[in-house]
Amino acid sequence: MNKDDFEPKILGFACNWCTYAGADLAGVSRFQYPPNIRMIRVMCSGRVEPLFILKAFAIGADGVLVGGCHPGDCHYMKGNYKARRRIELTKRLLGQFGIEPERLRLEWISASEGKRFAEVVTDFTKEIKELGPCLLKSKTEG
Amino acid sequence: MAKKEKIKLAFYWAATCGGCDVATLDIEESILDVVNIADIVLWPVAMDFKYKDVEAMGPKSIDICLFNGAVRNSEHEEIAKMLREKSKVMVAFGSCACFGGIPGLANVANREQIFNVAYKETPSTVNPEFVIPMTECEVRGEKLTLPEFWDTVKTLDQTVDVDYYVPGCPPVVDRIKDAVGIIAKYAETGELPPKGTVVASDKSLCDECPRERAEERKLKWIYRPHEVKEVDPNKCLLDQGILCMGSATRGGCGARCPNVNMPCRGCMGPTAEIKDHGAAVLSMIASVLGLEGEESLSDKEIEELVSNIKDQLGTFYRFTLPSSLLKRVIIKANREK
Amino acid sequence: MEEKKRIITISPITRLEGHGKISIFLNEKGNVKDAYFQVVELRGFERFCVGRPVEEVPRITPRICGVCPWAHHMASTKACDAVFKAEPPPAAKKLREMAYSAHMMHSHQLHMYALAGPDFYVGPKADPASRNILGIVGKVGAELGLEVIHARGYAQRIQEIVGGKATHPVCGLPGGMSKALSDEERDEIEDKAKKLVAFGKQALSLWDDLVMKNKELADLITGDTYYHETYYMGMVDENDKVNFYEGKIKVVDPEGKEYVRFEAKDYLDYIAEGVEPWSYLKFPYLKGVGWKGLVDGKDSGIYRVNSLARLNVASGLATPAAQEAYERFYDYFGKKPVHNTLAFNWARIIENLYAAERCLELIQDPEITSKDIRGELGEPGEGVGCVEAPRGTLFHHYWADKDGMVTKMNLVVATVQNNGPMCMSIK
Repeated sequence: MNKDDFEPKILGFACNWCTYAGADLAGVSRFQYPPNIRMIRVMCSGRVEPLFILKAFAIGADGVLVGGCHPGDCHYMKGNYKARRRIELTKRLLGQFGIEPERLRLEWISASEGKRFAEVVTDFTKEIKELGPCLLKSKTEG
Repeated sequence: MAKKEKIKLAFYWAATCGGCDVATLDIEESILDVVNIADIVLWPVAMDFKYKDVEAMGPKSIDICLFNGAVRNSEHEEIAKMLREKSKVMVAFGSCACFGGIPGLANVANREQIFNVAYKETPSTVNPEFVIPMTECEVRGEKLTLPEFWDTVKTLDQTVDVDYYVPGCPPVVDRIKDAVGIIAKYAETGELPPKGTVVASDKSLCDECPRERAEERKLKWIYRPHEVKEVDPNKCLLDQGILCMGSATRGGCGARCPNVNMPCRGCMGPTAEIKDHGAAVLSMIASVLGLEGEESLSDKEIEELVSNIKDQLGTFYRFTLPSSLLKRVIIKANREK
Repeated sequence: MEEKKRIITISPITRLEGHGKISIFLNEKGNVKDAYFQVVELRGFERFCVGRPVEEVPRITPRICGVCPWAHHMASTKACDAVFKAEPPPAAKKLREMAYSAHMMHSHQLHMYALAGPDFYVGPKADPASRNILGIVGKVGAELGLEVIHARGYAQRIQEIVGGKATHPVCGLPGGMSKALSDEERDEIEDKAKKLVAFGKQALSLWDDLVMKNKELADLITGDTYYHETYYMGMVDENDKVNFYEGKIKVVDPEGKEYVRFEAKDYLDYIAEGVEPWSYLKFPYLKGVGWKGLVDGKDSGIYRVNSLARLNVASGLATPAAQEAYERFYDYFGKKPVHNTLAFNWARIIENLYAAERCLELIQDPEITSKDIRGELGEPGEGVGCVEAPRGTLFHHYWADKDGMVTKMNLVVATVQNNGPMCMSIK
């Protein structure tokens, strides 16, 4: 597959109170961003289990973006603190599996940061495009 | 009353160490109970029956097959399929058959890498022409064959349909006796437990472990076992900062490793609700490590906090790599399985 | 002769720990032209232990063999000692050796009564359905049969107390052991060790009565069908007696003369491994003599390890009853070294008695319950650990980086060193 033809599949986990609202705002304000990302709403970034991230890669994702409230602003007080540690460990684990840790990104995006949401997604999509397909699906099938 | 006809039992081993068979002999005289109700038609470690003896048997003529070992090469795959066809019930016996086990760690590599190390790079190997084992070769006019070594290790249930699981590395004597009880009941009444039953506790190891757990877990650091000079024999190992996987692992093994001050490494596999053993352990550790003061940790401090967890893949998936979601490490090479 | 009838394949080989097949090729007259012992399995430990923390390797390598996991656990732990430049305190070494002696008993007894033994006790011509542990019970009667089963159970229990598990122990740490022995545990072990010494003597009588007094079997053992004049390798202590846990590696030539004696860490100077395309198992040989193919003799680098080899190499056994049995053994054959392959089984029973006496000796040592079982660790580097596995000398060689992560690994495994001789025996 030609690098130019490659359209990454990106899965986004967005926390209900901050990032998902920020994404909504981006839409309403017509801030453009690439359509490669598929959004899944969770109540808190702390809800994102490493299991979800591994499953995403196992079923064909080329990149995973996790978005939550800024530290100190978590709707449930502490959920995003745990997300920080989980994502850090998961990145290292992915590296051991031969999946570039850059394919997993954690961002703090608040409800008012519509523009920032679009910028982050655009930047992340570009980075994944450069990394190329994850190839995991073909390796684990069969 | 007519004498009950004996059922037929088969034991087989694929990529294994033989420990499951030794453990089976550890039930001591209970083995004689087995022999009273069953004719053993295949058991390579202990009996002299051959493949051709099994090939000659009709479909479903073996009542129960206890299969230990992971599926590593073409011979294992072939015999697994043959035994599945000849057996009414297939049991994945031991962690290798259930989850891939230690041989499953080979999924960090592939055939090429393993052959390179074994037959070329190891310092005691003298092999200037890089001869490697061949699936077919000619020696002095005769054709010799070997099974083909796959790139990826598979579990038994990734190869054939499995009815029951007896985890453990090896399964403990008490659980093997449970399995013998199931076989005895079947021989007597023809009844079997629900398909998919796992012969182990449904609770995690923590339920069984006698150590005392702290009210609140607040780990500041993860120590490697040799870094702790004196281990408190009564306190939970995780509370002492030693990475123990018991909370994500099935019990039923008697907590024998914590009994000698060593942490659980997950050989009984994940509890029923867990879809990926390693991911569950990761999540657990991340939740309790660095809890105190978590609101003020900088990015750099988080990196430092987890830096003594050196090998998540090889530790969290020690026995379960082939059964995990990702199954194996990606190697950017041109060779496919 | 038809093509099909010219090849006999025996598959799988049974009553061993491992996977193999034997391919026999007949010539036109129906005689054996060539025979090959092909090992069909490989798992790749030397590759997949790379990247693991070195102190975890003693919990991984026992899975090389479920019959002799302690051998790998001990060799691995000793390699970790060397990697961390650590000297285990004397109590830790005694605890290790004591539990390891129990392990030797389990393994030798398993071999004697479940693996190779049945062919002798029940008879090589008996029906395959009875040439197994159950057949032995049938032959010697339920009472003695149960004693055989229980004896190995005592050995397993001793290992479980020290190692957490009998199969796949976890107690070894760089520089020491994970747990000291309590007084209750000490008493329980002593009681079992005494029973095992008694059983060890009984096992020798059983072999005498059922095997050596049977002319057909005795002829098989002393005859020249199963006979190879090879070099022998084994571990000896400073008094030149067999020791399973620690010592120097000694090699004697087919005439019994000392060929070399070296420290385990220098094994690469003396041992090399070759590869053939028809077996997954490598072929070790003595570097100094060279690989001359699968042949006997002083000019061939083929050497043997395991029980008979150890007795051939050493000048005796360190415990009294076993030493007596050793002397009777060589008197019977009239010479040393003994080259008869089937004598490995007799040698095994003598070693079992030594292991029992040694285990009892160590459990009665006042230091055995000491709490001082962890030594100081240095910076990680390279290390070799060596023990006598039940089936021969075992080398574990690890290279670790500054974080104690394995970067390279080399294993020369006991049975592998007998690969060449096994191929020769098959033929």
